[in-house]
Amino acid sequence: MRALVTELEVIGVQSLGIVALLALFMGAVIAIQTAHQISGWIPAYAVGFTVRQTMILEFAPTIIPVILSGKVGSNIASQIGTMRVSEQIDALEVMGVAAASHLALPKILAGVLIFPFLVVMAMALGIGSGAWVAVAADLSSMSDYQYGLQIDFKAFDVIYALIKTTIFAAIITSVSAYHGFYTSGGAREVGRSSTKAVVYSVVLIMVANLVITQVMLT
Amino acid sequence: MIHARNISKSFGDKVVLREVTADFKPGQVNFIIGRSGSGKSVLTKCLVGLLEADQGSVTYAGNPTDRDFTAMNSRERESVRHEIGMLFQGGALFDSMTVRENVLFPLMMFGKMTPEEMETRVQECLSRVELSDAGPLFPAEISGGMQKRVALARAIVMRPRFLFCDEPNSGLDPQTAIVIDNLIRELTHEYNTTTVVISHDMNSVIEIGEHIHFVHDGQILWTGDSPGLLQANLPELEDFVYASDLMKDVRKKMLSDG
Repeated sequence: MRALVTELEVIGVQSLGIVALLALFMGAVIAIQTAHQISGWIPAYAVGFTVRQTMILEFAPTIIPVILSGKVGSNIASQIGTMRVSEQIDALEVMGVAAASHLALPKILAGVLIFPFLVVMAMALGIGSGAWVAVAADLSSMSDYQYGLQIDFKAFDVIYALIKTTIFAAIITSVSAYHGFYTSGGAREVGRSSTKAVVYSVVLIMVANLVITQVMLT
Repeated sequence: MIHARNISKSFGDKVVLREVTADFKPGQVNFIIGRSGSGKSVLTKCLVGLLEADQGSVTYAGNPTDRDFTAMNSRERESVRHEIGMLFQGGALFDSMTVRENVLFPLMMFGKMTPEEMETRVQECLSRVELSDAGPLFPAEISGGMQKRVALARAIVMRPRFLFCDEPNSGLDPQTAIVIDNLIRELTHEYNTTTVVISHDMNSVIEIGEHIHFVHDGQILWTGDSPGLLQANLPELEDFVYASDLMKDVRKKMLSDG
């Protein structure tokens, strides 16, 4: 339980800043780009609609985990990899501790529990920053933006996004833990495991994203 | 007592251990000595199950099952492993935990004590290695010698019947090495453990070695005690024992004294 709380702090709380920063800027940029594309026959509420759809369907549930795979994934792989090369994992095994589950399970659980919160926060911040920019830069009125947020809203889109996020969290934490656990050698190999963890996580996220989207949205 | 019988281990085409048979005596400091790459670390890893031997058996005499350790599944091995303590070459302390938490860890995982009893036991072990005040420090905040002593405290906290020490003196200055050697000897006699030390440090071997196995090219070529080691008439062993100028002087003195 204590390990889980520690991992929730490392994986979740310590990622709040980067997630907030990215979501704030992306929401604002999407609002500006959408307004820039709007000509006379596209209604102004499209700004709010596009920001909502982009943040909920793809940016928050997919791009945020991709970015977190770099932060969280490399952290997990290098931490467990360092434990491997410094014989800390051997020490656990000699004691009779099931090292793989002892090390990986709290991280996987923490990732699966905390990623959805980060993603919901990213959705809210992105939509909020889009509204602020739209109104401040006179791209859309607040009432148009709010109408765009509400029009054709499907609660299932949020469920789809959270399911994706949970699966991506499991991919990032388990793939990274695997690469860390099977590190052999020294500092160079720890770095290599860390890189592999990020690359494999991103590739698997992309494949899983395609499969999940095909299964859930068609 | 630990009985190893016909242990063989290869990595691909490279044969590292060739049908090694050895006994490690209880209440004594047993040494496995040999040059780097001779197979002593692989032998130790096969003994504790960190590597699977290709063939052969290892029996930890007196454990509840008294069966071949290599034939046990992971659940069966757990009961034996709770009786094993190991001091790793680099200490292998958990760097995210304090010294106190490192020593407490095996008790938390497997001990059947109350929190107060655990705390008392941790303090006993830390004071036994003369580190009573180091509890709140992290491994990165203490010296290499202190890390080895903490690792030793962690290795004995469960009162193991079998203690393995992999190169306990590597990277330590001679004075600290003597402190570690003396601790290993004292703890072995105090707890009546079967202690197995892997080393190529001749000072340690002569100082605390009671039962010594010399490994060369994956085989045990010689077994005996410390005085016998200096008089053994085996070219490979002589090359190893008398490799340093200091030991050559010891030999000259022995010959001149008759």
